[in-house]
Amino acid sequence: MTAAPGAPAPRSGAAMRTAVVVFPGSNSDHEAWHVVRNVLGQPAERVWHKETALDKFDVVILPGGFAHGDYLRAGAIARFSPIMSAVEKHASRGGVVLGICNGFQVLTEAGLLPGALMRNKDIAFISRDVWLRVENEKTRLTMACRRGEVLRTPIAHGEGRYVGDPALLDGLEKEGRVLFRYCGPDGALDDRFNVNGSERAIAGIVNEQGNVFGLMPHPERDAEPVVGLGQGRRLFESLLASFREAA
Amino acid sequence: MKGMKALVYVTLKPSVLDPQGKAVLHALHALGYEEVGDARVGKLIELSLTGQDKDGAGKRVARMCETLLANTVIESYRYEILEER
Repeated sequence: MTAAPGAPAPRSGAAMRTAVVVFPGSNSDHEAWHVVRNVLGQPAERVWHKETALDKFDVVILPGGFAHGDYLRAGAIARFSPIMSAVEKHASRGGVVLGICNGFQVLTEAGLLPGALMRNKDIAFISRDVWLRVENEKTRLTMACRRGEVLRTPIAHGEGRYVGDPALLDGLEKEGRVLFRYCGPDGALDDRFNVNGSERAIAGIVNEQGNVFGLMPHPERDAEPVVGLGQGRRLFESLLASFREAA
Repeated sequence: MKGMKALVYVTLKPSVLDPQGKAVLHALHALGYEEVGDARVGKLIELSLTGQDKDGAGKRVARMCETLLANTVIESYRYEILEER
C-alpha cells in the first residue's frame, strides 16, 4: 500500500499545502516541515504564532517543543497565541490539524481535543523509542497503516500521561477515536510498555469530526531510514493519501 | 494607590494521580515523617490587582481561573481577595 522507505515521494495528484506553526519554544517544527516538504514532496511553510490566517493551507501541524516555556501548564499559554483563532477556524471548516507532543498538549488546552496530558507516572522526562499499536486504520492519519500494526516511534516528553474521565475514555474507544496505544514490540498491551502511565495506554486520539489529531510520539523524527526505521512516514503518507482520495 | 491582592490556589482534582505528590510523600517518609498519609502538590498564584471592588475582582479572577489559570479537566481552583495597604 505504501511506497518503499526512501523512495521518492510521488508528485502527482492534489497537493497537501501544509503549515507548521512555530511558537516561541517549538523545537520540532523544522523536522515536521522537512518531512512534508522533502519526504512527501508537498508544499510546506513554517508560520509564526503571531500570524492570524491559515486560509491557504490544507493541513496545520502544531509541532513538538516547549511553547512559551511550558509555563503554567504545557500548552496553556500557547493556546492563546494569535494563530490559534485561525487554527480553530481551520478545524471548524474541516481542515486537518495535527498536534504532535507539545502540539497535542496545546490542542487539549484549547479544547479542540478532549482530555488532558499530565506529568508522566514516574515523573521523569522520557526520551526513547516506543512501540505504538494502530487501533483504527480508517482515519486520515492512519489509512496507510493496518489495524493492529506496530510502529516504532520516538517519544520525548515529561507530560504525556493522557487522562480523562471514564465516560470520555469509553466514548473514545466506542467511537474508534483512540488511534494509537503504547504496546510491546509484538503489539501486546502491558503496563511496562505504557511508559508514561496514560489511561488505557492511549498515545493518540482524533476528534469527533475526524479532522483534528493529537499524539504524543514523534512520527516526524523517524520518517526516513537514515534516522531509524522510518515508520513515522506512514502517518504523513496517510494524510497525503486522504487528500488524493478526496481529489 | 491602594490595590488588592488575589491568592489563587490551583490543585489537582482528587481523582487525578499526582506523581509529584507521591515523590514528596516518599521523601517525607524517608525522612522519618511517618505520620504523613498523603501529599498533593498544587500551585499558588499571586496576582496584584488595581482598584478596590472586591466583588468585581472576585468575579474577574474566577474567569481568569476558568480561562487560563486552571485546566478544569484536571484541576480545581479557589481564591482569596485581600485588600493591600
